[in-house]
Amino acid sequence: MNLSRRGFFKIMGASGAGLAVGSGSAHARSLKAPPDAYGCLVDLTRCIGCRKCEQVCNEVSSLPPPDRSFDDPTVLNTLRRPDEKAYTVVNRYFPGTYDKQGELIPTYVKIQCMHCQDPACASACIVGALSKNENGSVNYDTSKCIGCRYCMVACPFEIPAYEYHDPITPRVMKCTFCHDRISKTGGVPGCAAICPVEAITFGKRATLLDVAHKRIKDNPSKYINRVYGESEVGGTSWMYISGVPFEKLGFIDVPDTPTPALAEKIQHSLFSYLWSPIALFTVLSGIMWVSRGNQDRSENNKGGN
Amino acid sequence: MQHQAYPLRSKFWTPGVIVLAFLAAAGAVAILARFIGGIGYVSNLTTARPWGIWIGIDVASGVALAAGGFTTAFLAHVTGRHFYEPVVRPALLTAMLGYTFVVLGLMVDIGRSWAIWKPMIYWNTNSVLFEVAMCVMFYLNVLYIEFIPVVVDQFKGRVRLPGPMAGLNRAIEFLLMLADKILDKFIWFFIIAGVVLSCMHQSSLGSLMLVAPTKLHPLWYTPILPLLFLISAITVGYPMVVFETTLITSSMKLENEMDVLAPLTRWTMILLGLYASLKIGDMVVRQTYVYLFDFNQQSNAFLMEMFLGIIVPWFMLVSEKVRRSRPLLFIASTMIVGGVLFNRLNVFVVGYKPPVSEADYFPAMGEIVVTVGLISALMLLYRLLVTYLPVLSARPQEVSS
Repeated sequence: MNLSRRGFFKIMGASGAGLAVGSGSAHARSLKAPPDAYGCLVDLTRCIGCRKCEQVCNEVSSLPPPDRSFDDPTVLNTLRRPDEKAYTVVNRYFPGTYDKQGELIPTYVKIQCMHCQDPACASACIVGALSKNENGSVNYDTSKCIGCRYCMVACPFEIPAYEYHDPITPRVMKCTFCHDRISKTGGVPGCAAICPVEAITFGKRATLLDVAHKRIKDNPSKYINRVYGESEVGGTSWMYISGVPFEKLGFIDVPDTPTPALAEKIQHSLFSYLWSPIALFTVLSGIMWVSRGNQDRSENNKGGN
Repeated sequence: MQHQAYPLRSKFWTPGVIVLAFLAAAGAVAILARFIGGIGYVSNLTTARPWGIWIGIDVASGVALAAGGFTTAFLAHVTGRHFYEPVVRPALLTAMLGYTFVVLGLMVDIGRSWAIWKPMIYWNTNSVLFEVAMCVMFYLNVLYIEFIPVVVDQFKGRVRLPGPMAGLNRAIEFLLMLADKILDKFIWFFIIAGVVLSCMHQSSLGSLMLVAPTKLHPLWYTPILPLLFLISAITVGYPMVVFETTLITSSMKLENEMDVLAPLTRWTMILLGLYASLKIGDMVVRQTYVYLFDFNQQSNAFLMEMFLGIIVPWFMLVSEKVRRSRPLLFIASTMIVGGVLFNRLNVFVVGYKPPVSEADYFPAMGEIVVTVGLISALMLLYRLLVTYLPVLSARPQEVSS
């Protein structure tokens, strides 16, 4: 048996030290986000629902061909979610505004991984297969993954999908933020590059925030005064501005605190330096030592009888 | 007064055992289908619903209901109340088999079963699941070590392998003797380590869902969820012992051991009372009682869990009459066991509401067959091991009377 007492505590002690380091930075959680991350700003007032972004995403990500053509406009008749075959989808909403002819005006919403600044999936992942990179992308390392799907449980936006029909080597599937492309100088994500109406702007997240607020300020009648993703779950790399309230477009309300904050805080305060297990072990050893004496006495008594 | 544990040596293939074997075989077929067609082939799991009953029942409830192992070890071996010795070995066997099947269930559920060892190399100390996995791994080994004396008891000085393997007799005998000697000195360490590891991961199982504050229904989402999980695991330990002891002594026609079980459940009454007050107090402090009478899936499940799993059995246990009556004690214990199982199912499945797609989930036939099959296989193994190894100490009824 390789589980010697010393070996055990060496291992657990080392992980305790790791926890302690983690807890130090947990006090300033904003530090977790890379300082100079890229982002994308989606201007929903510009999107025309052409689904070119879906098509190019399919190509650059080498995903299987879609069930229905990217040119088929009837696809928009149902609301879809990203899945293991599509990292991004565009949905059409009719939030209730009319044009001059009295027709309902559609609003198109592109959905993909938000690339959170402090991603819950990365906090949850048992092996650290998901990580937030310097360039802002939240990336998945297939070689580490065991397929527990805790990332999917943790994600507040229900983004990571799974290859449920692969029996042996299924992968978690989600937008990569075109990690390889944006790592090169001048690289732009496929969708942002192809968008014919510049509804998707790629750039440094900080710059994009300025752009977003300037657009809203310059045209307050066109936009509602909110940048979705500025503060949601601690901020996301992908952000949206819109002419209609986000609630009408399938966006969910999420807290401004990063969702893994409480779990991490509890975990680190309980297990930093493994103080609690060590304390418990000591107390129990004490109890056992004391009551061992009692036991011997009672056995002697029994022998006497 | 105290009996030695002994192998029952009773007939193995009874009608009940044949039914279990059939269910286990069906489970094996479903598991085979999962490894041919993928998780999606046998389950209703989706992007919105990544965890179903395999996690809620096989893993989370499996771990909770195996808590009898460390709670009886604590009582009999740490605090030295050797009066309770007769229930330690059966509880240990349940825990050992329970955790073994937790790991087997995980192997079915995780997409890359062959990669299950990877957390040992790739650490994410932010991940609650990482800590749970490490504890379960160490604890499973501790349980196997704690079980070695049972095997040594049975075979020491009696190794008689037939035919050509007879040459190994002396080597095995030596190993058994060595294990006996070493364990005699160090078993205290493993007993305490078992209790510590259990406290760690029983509570952390509750922290698992804290990472999803927008998904778990507020009736269950509370910062004290890890504490509730720990207390309920400790609480369910003895009722689980009552539950399985009553079942096995009835089906094997053994003495009922009420002299041990009745005083055992005095502790349960106190623990269950503590658990109930924590749960109710938490509800009052967080003002989640506003959801109590929504009468939707979640509120109904919560009410059922509270009443049938906690409040009713608590009032039953308060009565000394119930604690001394075998059928009533069995009913109360079964309700507590069911309540904790239901609680785990609620936290991981029923209370889990995907906020965007609001997708519903009901387990597919394949998932149910796998879960039932694994539980049946566990019961089969339990039966097999108590038949051939000294686990139980209750004497046959005929002899005693």
